Amino acid sequence: MSASPVFLSAAVGRPFIFSSPSSPRAIAEKTANRTAKILAQVGAMPKLGAVVPASRLEVRLAPEMVSSGIPQLDSLTGGLARGCLTEICGTASSGRTSVLLFALARATERGEVCALVDASDAFDPASAAAAGMAMSRLLWVRCGEKHPSRKPPSASWKNRRGNPPCQRWESQLGQMLKVTDLLLQSNGFGMIALDLGDIPVESARRIPLASWFRFRRAVEHTPTALLVLEQQPIAGSCSSMLVKVSSVSPQLSGNRPAHSNPPHSELLDQFEITAELLRSRLERKLERKPVQSTASFKSRAPWAG
Amino acid sequence: MFACIFIPDFSAQALIRFEPELRARPVAVLTGRPPLEKVVALNERARQKGVEAGTTKSQLEAWENLVLRARSEPQETSAHAALLDCAQSFSPEVEDTSPGTVLLNLAGLEPLLGSLPKIACDLAQRVSEMGLEANFAVAANPDAALLAARGFSGVTLIPEGREAERLGDLPVDVLLESFFSDAEEAVRWVETFDRWGIRKLRALAVLPEVPVSERLGQHGISLQKLARGAVSRNLRVLEPQLIFAESVELEYPIVLLEPLAFLLNRMLEQVCGRLRQRALAVQELHLNLELATTQPQDYPSFTRTFASTLTRTFTRTLRLPTPMLDAKVFLKLLQLDLQAHPPGAPIVKIHLSADPARPRALQSGLFQPVFPEPEKLELTLARIAGIVGEGRVGSVELLDTHREGAFTVRRLAPVEPAPAAPAPVKPKVKQQGNRKEDMSMSENGSAYRVDETVEENAKENAQEKMSAVIALRLFRPPLGASVTLREAKPVRMRCLEREDIAGEIVWTAGPWRSSGDWSEQEGWSREEWDIAIPAETGLVLYRLVQDKLTGNWFVEGTYD
Repeated sequence: MSASPVFLSAAVGRPFIFSSPSSPRAIAEKTANRTAKILAQVGAMPKLGAVVPASRLEVRLAPEMVSSGIPQLDSLTGGLARGCLTEICGTASSGRTSVLLFALARATERGEVCALVDASDAFDPASAAAAGMAMSRLLWVRCGEKHPSRKPPSASWKNRRGNPPCQRWESQLGQMLKVTDLLLQSNGFGMIALDLGDIPVESARRIPLASWFRFRRAVEHTPTALLVLEQQPIAGSCSSMLVKVSSVSPQLSGNRPAHSNPPHSELLDQFEITAELLRSRLERKLERKPVQSTASFKSRAPWAG
Repeated sequence: MFACIFIPDFSAQALIRFEPELRARPVAVLTGRPPLEKVVALNERARQKGVEAGTTKSQLEAWENLVLRARSEPQETSAHAALLDCAQSFSPEVEDTSPGTVLLNLAGLEPLLGSLPKIACDLAQRVSEMGLEANFAVAANPDAALLAARGFSGVTLIPEGREAERLGDLPVDVLLESFFSDAEEAVRWVETFDRWGIRKLRALAVLPEVPVSERLGQHGISLQKLARGAVSRNLRVLEPQLIFAESVELEYPIVLLEPLAFLLNRMLEQVCGRLRQRALAVQELHLNLELATTQPQDYPSFTRTFASTLTRTFTRTLRLPTPMLDAKVFLKLLQLDLQAHPPGAPIVKIHLSADPARPRALQSGLFQPVFPEPEKLELTLARIAGIVGEGRVGSVELLDTHREGAFTVRRLAPVEPAPAAPAPVKPKVKQQGNRKEDMSMSENGSAYRVDETVEENAKENAQEKMSAVIALRLFRPPLGASVTLREAKPVRMRCLEREDIAGEIVWTAGPWRSSGDWSEQEGWSREEWDIAIPAETGLVLYRLVQDKLTGNWFVEGTYD
């Protein structure tokens, strides 16, 4: 009989080099138990109870909000967000331009330099001055013909009739997109407004969605508030806030029937504008749908006194 | 103590300064009428290859890889002006001795700028940054410094009292070239000294004065004193002139914008460098281009001489809202400007000048509103003008007139608010015409006259300020319209250009009459109506205008 060494582990039927307390599974279990205990202790500590894991932290900071100048609109939307794209839509005579010019006027009054990219060349400087705009701080970009003809109106409208409208809007929209890109890249503007109010919806919707995404990315993390004035929403999910503006019947001075009194006794005094917050990405998640989604305010005529 | 900056082979250096890639190649500068051109200057590499001054162009064909350039006086002027600028940035007393040679008085500068060797080294570095290779010498008198700079390469410092010893090693040619402006006379004196066996200044310096005077006259005495380094004189101080200009005459006309931009970049860098030395910035840039009126392909042997007889000048001016000093920004602005206004003919000569101004000094505050950087803003505006056209971008200024819509578009030049500035004052609001104002005054309806207390007034004013104002969206140009009148009042309107603007007028206000400029040819008279027309989306308010001079109706805009 040959003599061979018999090890204890073999004798008891266990693995040769690993004893039961030092097996990997056991070590893992032990570590897990220990970790759970520590976590339980940490959780039980009163000061550290409210610690939020890093994975659940809300990384995106709330954007800075600036006043639009209209308290009712500010209370509805919280103001206009810097670093975000805000859409203001409405039909003709809805008061959308009044809202836009007033927001620009308040921004220029704050000392900010603003830009208005006027796709249809519809900006009326007198209206802006009446709204209190600091004209020296407003950059007005008139899209359209590069070298406009200096003909009297009676002759020029005949020329204009000959041009196909779609082609005209296309060139203006192209200019608008290029100019907006440049303005967003240059930084330093407090507010940039794109006026697409007179652009037909069909033409405005031909703006590629990629352009809006680019604008959104460009304006992000900048102190610029980007406003878009339009007839119907066109920026899709790129806009952080969508406000629809509509007007209740305009308030006209004079209560007598229109045909019984001289027309010069009538006067357009003010608009009753209703703003409806259609969408906002800036609301806090915990909040439910806001109780009030519309706000009404008045827009007075410059001559109303 | 005095310092001298001397640029050897100045004509060649002035060309190389503008074309730095030539520094590593042998360059010879030619002058004279073709085909009798001769070498007037050459760089060290050309000299190493055996090229000598006075060699004719036909003889130069024996050398390969030799770069030949015609002498350019504008570039020499620019290089010399840059040299003067550099010297004036060190010392207030500067003498413009000759092209490529400048003398400086260093008296009293040691406490400010450091020791004399340090000043000389700083000077050398500054001149080297300008693209010129110069000799420097510091001595107790100007002429000794001048001779040392002409004779010794690099930086030379001659201690006081040892001028004769140091200058003694120089050949007599150096002294005669600097003393006589006429080359032939200098050669004659060299031959005389050569016959006497005098080849170094030391030999001339030790000659007895009386025999020298007897044989060579007063010139001989002067030359001997110079050779001893014993002449003392005052500098002919140059009045500093703030002219920052660079010029280039081109070998071949430029047709494309890209090579022009390449040259402009170099010129701008030189101008900006000179301005930076004086702590100044650019307020205006003037670009003058001499254009050839004949296409170069029509004349294969197109030479500068020929071009100069058939040229016209093309000028562009770049006015900057704030003083700036960034060559890249200037280049881009010039590029955009030239793209919008092409010269229209080949360019044979470029002259660029800058109007200097004190740089903008403003400390930004933490709580100031955001403000675009002037350099970036200017570039953006130029780019936008390239897209939408000039005159279609800027800030609006309303004109002081009753004519509706009278405004002018000016360059946007916002003033950055000072950190502690008071709140901006609300600008005076211009009334939209005088119609409603007149009405409220003429109408005796008491509805408009409300007696209120001062407090109520203030409250209302505050509320008014915080309420929007009805804006008008204009149609440019106004849309022609066909209007049906009933009892002199529009009741139906149809726009001739847009079918969607038409219908029964459900509400009318007006007419508001205004006219003006009767004494002018462009007199105007009009009647305005505010009208409401029902549309699919509701009532739409328009401003309807009748031109009383022509009787035509127009839709001027929409109230929105």
